[in-house]
Amino acid sequence: MTQLALVIDLNVCVGCHACVTSCKEWNTSGAAGPLADDNPYGAAPTGTFFNRVQTYEVGVFPNTETVHFPKSCLHCEDPPCVPVCPTGASYKRESDGIVLVDYDKCIGCRYCSWACPYGVREIDEHQKVMKKCTLCVDRIYDESLPESERKPACVLACPTSARLYGDVHDPQSEVSIAIREEGGYALMPEWGTKPSNHYLPRRKTRLHIHEDELVRADNPLKKEQREHAGPIDAPTLDDITSW
Amino acid sequence: MHPAFSVIFLTTLIGVGQGLFLAIFTGQSYSAVELLPAEDSAAFYGTGAMIALVFLAAGLIASVFHLGRPERAWRAASQWRTSWLSREVIALPAVMGLVFLYGLMHYFGWDTVLFTSKTGARLQLTLVVGTLGAIATFALFLCTGMIYAAIKFLQEWSNPLTVINYLLLGTMSGFTLVTAFASYSAPDLVRFFGVWTTIITVTAFLTRSASLIRNARIKYKSSIQTAIGIRHNQIQQKSMGFMGGSVNTRDFFHHQTRLFMKSIKWIFLVLVFPLPLICLWAGINQANISLLLAAFGVQYIGLLAERWLFFAQANHPQNLYYQTV
Repeated sequence: MTQLALVIDLNVCVGCHACVTSCKEWNTSGAAGPLADDNPYGAAPTGTFFNRVQTYEVGVFPNTETVHFPKSCLHCEDPPCVPVCPTGASYKRESDGIVLVDYDKCIGCRYCSWACPYGVREIDEHQKVMKKCTLCVDRIYDESLPESERKPACVLACPTSARLYGDVHDPQSEVSIAIREEGGYALMPEWGTKPSNHYLPRRKTRLHIHEDELVRADNPLKKEQREHAGPIDAPTLDDITSW
Repeated sequence: MHPAFSVIFLTTLIGVGQGLFLAIFTGQSYSAVELLPAEDSAAFYGTGAMIALVFLAAGLIASVFHLGRPERAWRAASQWRTSWLSREVIALPAVMGLVFLYGLMHYFGWDTVLFTSKTGARLQLTLVVGTLGAIATFALFLCTGMIYAAIKFLQEWSNPLTVINYLLLGTMSGFTLVTAFASYSAPDLVRFFGVWTTIITVTAFLTRSASLIRNARIKYKSSIQTAIGIRHNQIQQKSMGFMGGSVNTRDFFHHQTRLFMKSIKWIFLVLVFPLPLICLWAGINQANISLLLAAFGVQYIGLLAERWLFFAQANHPQNLYYQTV
C-alpha cells in the first residue's frame, strides 16, 4: 500500500508563501478549470486555495518564537470527509491514498467541509463544487515531465526545502525517515483521522560548554612543570603576535 | 457554524410535515381501536395528509437552495451505505410518497377493512400504509438528526440529544398545527390533540434544555496546541494567511455578538414552549381557531430561532486556525 503525503518542516519554513502561489498557479491552470479568485487586487480579495501559510507567535514577549505553519489537505488515512459525501464525489484512492473530489459528481452541499476538522476543503464559489489539495495528481504521474519535476508544485517551489514529498508507508522513504528521526507528528490526533501529512517540530541546536572545557586540562607544559605563570586570562604569546 | 437559511427552513418545514402526519395517523390509530370517533376520511385524514405533504415539499424546495449544483442532486441517493445525508435524501421522498398515498387513499375512499377483531377493532388498508409512513417518518427524523450528530468533532451536535430534539421539536410543531386543523375539521379531537401537544411540548422543552445545559459546559478536545502541534500554553495566531476572508471565515463563523446569541436563546425558549402552550390553552377553551393558528405561527417562528442557534452554537475545530486576520 502506498500513501503519498507531504512532510512539512516547521524548523525550516520561513513563511514566504511561495508554496501558496505555486499551488494556486498550477491548480488554476489545470484541466478542472480555474480556481475562484475574486478581487485579487481589491480591498477584500477572496478565492479558493488548496494551501495556506499561517503564522503563530509562541510564548510571551520577549521570549517569543514565530512559527510559520503551511496548511493543506492532510490526506488522512481515515478521512472523515469521505464517508459523509452523499454522492460519492469525495473518495480516497486505493492506489496511492490521495483524497480527491470528482468535480463532475459534486453537488456542492458542503457537508464534507463540515466533516473536516482541519478546514482544508474550500468550495469554489464560481463552479459551486468542493475543491481541495490533489497533491498535484495531474503532475506527479505526468511522464512528459522529467522525473525530478514529478512532485507537487508546492514542494518544487519551496526555497528552503521545508516540504518533503513521498510515500509514508515505505519505511525507507525520505519522508518516513524524517518522521521517524526528526519527531514528525500529526495534527489533532484526538479525532483519530490519522493524517498522512506530518509536521516536523522546531528543533534547537544548542552548544553546551562547561567551564572546565575552557581550560586545557592536559596541557603538556604542566608535565614539564612549566606552567603559565600569569593569570589564566592574561594574554599569551599567540595573542600578541600575528603572522 | 454559519446558519444557512436553506437548512433552517428545510429542517423546520419537514419537521412540521412529519409531525403533522404522525398526528393525523395517531388520530386514525386511536379511532381504529375505538378510543376516538372516526373522522371524515376526506376532510380530516385526507386533507391533513395533504397539508403535511405541502410542508414536506416546501422543505425539499428549501433544501435545493443549499446545493451548489442542484441539477446533480439525484446522485445524492447513491452513498446510503455510509452517509446519513444520502439516507435522508432517500427517506424524504419515501415519506412524501407514503404521505401522498395515505392522503390519496383517504381522499378517494380507497380503503378496505382487512381484518376485524372480536372486540370490533378494524385493521384498514390506510392504517397499513400509515404505519409504513410513520416508520419512514421516524427514519427521516433519525437521518436528519444523525447528519449533525455523526460529526464527532462538532461536540455540540455529537450527542443523542440532537436526534431526540429533531424528533420531539418536529413532532411538537406538527401536533400544534393539527390542533388548529382539528378545530376546523374535527372539533371533537381538539382536546385530544391539545393534550398530546402539551405533553410533547413539555418533553421537548426538557430535552432541548438538557442540550443547552450540556453545550454550555462542553470541554473542547481540540485546542490551538493540538491544531498546530506545539506544546506551549501561550500561542497566538498572527496571520491566517489571507486578509480578505474565505469560505473558512464565512461558512464556519456566525459573526454575531454574545449578546445576540444570548437573546436568540431566550427568544426561542419563550416562543417555542410557553407562549404556544398559552395560546393553545386559551384557543381550546374559547374554541378560537385564530388563537390555535397563532400558537402554531408563534411556535414556528420560535423554531426558526431555535434552529439558527443550533447551528450558530456549534463550534467547528477548524475555527482554531482562523482566529485573526
